[in-house]
Amino acid sequence: MFAWLPENVSTYGGDIDAIFKLIYYVVGVWFVATQVFLVYCLIRFRRRSGNQRSKYLPGNTASQAAWVLIPCALVLVLDLWIDFRGADVWAKVKLSRPTPNLIVRVTGKQFNWIVTYPGPDGKFGTADDKKIDNDLHVPVNQVVRVLLTGEDVIHSFYLPHLRLKQDVVPGREIPAWFEATKTGKYEIPCAELCGFGHSGMKGFLYVHSEADFKAWVRTQWPSAG
Amino acid sequence: MNAGSASTPDAVEPSPVPAAKLGIWWFLASEVMVFGGALVSFILLRLVGPGWSEDLAHNSVALGSINTLILITSSFTIVEVLSAQKRGDEKKFRSFMGITIVLGLLFLVIKGVEYSAHFSEGLFPDKGLFWAFYFGLTGLHALHVLAGIVANASLLVVVSRPGGFARYSHRAEMNGLYWHFVDVVWIFLFPLLYLG
Amino acid sequence: MIRWQLAYPETEIPLFGRPIGPDEYNAFVTMHGTIMVFFVAMPLLVAAMGNFLIPLMIGARDMAFPRLNMMSVWVLAVASLVLLASFFVEAGPAAAGWTGYPPLSARIEYTGVEYGLDLWILALALEFASFLMGGINFLVTPINLRTRGMSLFRLPLIVWMIMGASILFLLSVGPLIAGAVFLLLDRNLGTSFFLAEGGGDPLLWQHLFWFFGHPEVYVILLPAAGAMMEIISTFSRKTIFGYKSIIYAVMIAGVLSFLVWAHHQFISGLDPRLAMPFSITTILISVPFAFIIFSMLATMWGGSIWLTTPMWFAVGGLSVFIFGGVTGIFNGSAPVDIYIHDTYFVVAHFHSTLFSTVFLGGFAALYYWYPKMFGRMMNEFWGKVHFWGTYIFFLLVFVPMHLLGVGGMMRRIADPSKYEFVKELLPMNEFITVAAIGLLLIQAPFVFNFLGSMFVGKKASENPWDATTLEWTTPSPPPHGNWPGAIPAVHRPPYEYAVPGVSEEWLPQSRPEGAAS
Repeated sequence: MFAWLPENVSTYGGDIDAIFKLIYYVVGVWFVATQVFLVYCLIRFRRRSGNQRSKYLPGNTASQAAWVLIPCALVLVLDLWIDFRGADVWAKVKLSRPTPNLIVRVTGKQFNWIVTYPGPDGKFGTADDKKIDNDLHVPVNQVVRVLLTGEDVIHSFYLPHLRLKQDVVPGREIPAWFEATKTGKYEIPCAELCGFGHSGMKGFLYVHSEADFKAWVRTQWPSAG
Repeated sequence: MNAGSASTPDAVEPSPVPAAKLGIWWFLASEVMVFGGALVSFILLRLVGPGWSEDLAHNSVALGSINTLILITSSFTIVEVLSAQKRGDEKKFRSFMGITIVLGLLFLVIKGVEYSAHFSEGLFPDKGLFWAFYFGLTGLHALHVLAGIVANASLLVVVSRPGGFARYSHRAEMNGLYWHFVDVVWIFLFPLLYLG
Repeated sequence: MIRWQLAYPETEIPLFGRPIGPDEYNAFVTMHGTIMVFFVAMPLLVAAMGNFLIPLMIGARDMAFPRLNMMSVWVLAVASLVLLASFFVEAGPAAAGWTGYPPLSARIEYTGVEYGLDLWILALALEFASFLMGGINFLVTPINLRTRGMSLFRLPLIVWMIMGASILFLLSVGPLIAGAVFLLLDRNLGTSFFLAEGGGDPLLWQHLFWFFGHPEVYVILLPAAGAMMEIISTFSRKTIFGYKSIIYAVMIAGVLSFLVWAHHQFISGLDPRLAMPFSITTILISVPFAFIIFSMLATMWGGSIWLTTPMWFAVGGLSVFIFGGVTGIFNGSAPVDIYIHDTYFVVAHFHSTLFSTVFLGGFAALYYWYPKMFGRMMNEFWGKVHFWGTYIFFLLVFVPMHLLGVGGMMRRIADPSKYEFVKELLPMNEFITVAAIGLLLIQAPFVFNFLGSMFVGKKASENPWDATTLEWTTPSPPPHGNWPGAIPAVHRPPYEYAVPGVSEEWLPQSRPEGAAS
């Protein structure tokens, strides 16, 4: 089952996967238990002769109800456990705003990701801004903040290998962040139906080693040396 | 829902509320959610968005107040219709129903005057979010008023037929419930769209 | 039935890069969702079962408002025609997903779809109007027209479930109707309720839509669950475990369902601080449903289980529903949702819950009440072939589909081979498509069985299943007015099977107290 997950290359991806596994084992036990019980009932209480009489259990006494209420209480406890464990991870991914080493703006537009770098001065809206279609270059092991905006319809910025997904809503600027742990080239598909070109709307995330990233910056802004 | 908790029931009385009334109440409950959803959307966007007082100033508080007054009066007249029905006073029934219908039409006429004033100023639904809401909400409400007028008028017609009063006049209660609802919606719309 | 079969081919298309264009693909996905949810599940489960069963089960000659009822059927027919017509207008039918998110749906140039989308909205509006009328009927009839002795807590559970579904529908659809009006204005009058550049907010639609959307799931689910309860009790020859508590559990779930809508929007740009409260309400909803599932299992415990075709379908439905239920926990957990949102995991999850109830529960109901509807029995052998085929092929389709979601495959993409990390999943996609075709083919015995049994099936008695509820006290099929003579009065709760101290194995609701010996 977990072999199907794409390789995780972000700092918080492991936390998300851990919750995933926790839920998997918790509900897996419930699932097997109830299915076994179901099959057991079907075999054990199958009508074998015409005059076999069933028990009369309306479930209206405390001792009968306990058979159902105690498992329900267990479900409740496990639910809350899953939720509180999940809350920490949610806070880390979506609520915390670690200081970024790099800020880029990504604009979703039918059917491209337009990546805007602030350039050497670190400010948007200046002459050294640079727009690149569909290619996002970042250094490894550094916090990257992505400011997501949309020009037309709703898109969804999805980094499967980094376990990040965030809808892009026109009229809003939504910050997201990630820290990649491994160099390589990863896909950035759009995960919200955005029109006839939705399938095929994708970009690439290039995670470079620090030296490579510097080299790439030099090719883009040669004057800034 | 709690009527059934009595556990002696070999002769359950059917619900004391007649079916038609129960039906209209459920219908109104879902209508409340229609306008409720629309109004909550309006209020939320108003809170986060820029102030719309400038747009609001285009609306004539005077005309809006007159319309409010008209609808409240019509609520009284339809209550009179109902009490006439209870007393079996056919003539009063017809005349008060007639007044209610005329008041409803008057409301629509004034609304139409306001609309044409807006249009002549170049204020159309696509002139910003306030006007979108204004025309959307008042338009939806006007359609409800129109439906109410049609319902009242058709009741007036069947009741005026020979023998119609005895057979159909009890329906006035349903019309009354609906008409009050239309009224109440306007009571919410008026402050939000004219005064707010 | 025909539509059911028509709709099947559409389920295959999402799984396979067929030679259809991506715009057509979007249209197919949209229409598949719309047709299945609004034009198959709701009419079949809520309307058909409600109209047939409610009067029979509560002891009434007809619904409370027969004319309103006819109107609702006609409006539904018009709605279906409008939706079908949208396939033929220029630029094709709606293609913005069944959720119709604006701005995509709000401006023609974003989808290239012209009147198709307007017709889509119109069809939905008509459909809602039809169900408003129906829903009022389904509520007022059981409240007002019960026979003598039929107290509310003697109503069969399925009647409760249909009432619950109607309340949820009536109270949740309003905001969406308002939203649909706004959307039509956006499309046709150039307003900008949902467009940021005009000051509107695209997320507004999502709120309005999902406020309706989650209760809507229960609108579909509850009647089918009710049918499963009836059937499991009858064929376990046992009274329902915790009759009243099940009703309360459904009420709790119904109330909670109004408080969970934002779980569809964890990553939609909603304030992320809102996610945890909604995650908690969402996961909490599993408690009342766990209660219902455990009660069903407890109902089977110690029974004398009679394995007929309807019982197999009911049990199979319960089994798959548990599966769909547990996978819901993954989605409800906000952090996991970051990853699996809008992937095939979600698609597989809601198909598991809805397929188990709509199809397995629906089939169970059909096999169970068929003798009452048509006066003849369906063939048991072919019924069981149909069950096992459907059950196994279903698992073959949807269990691997979860793995696709785990692999990260997004929903609503026309061509998976365009993505490297999805490409690896292609063999799995092919496998699922083959299984889906199998699922389609195995419906053939059902069609033949259904049609053939009308003519050659064994004649059904009044009560072929030895069941206790009122519909089994009248001839099959019921005459006009439902009972040839007087309407029977009710003297006891439903589901009186194997009552201690009574020699009969089952006691119909209409049997007077002293008459049992």
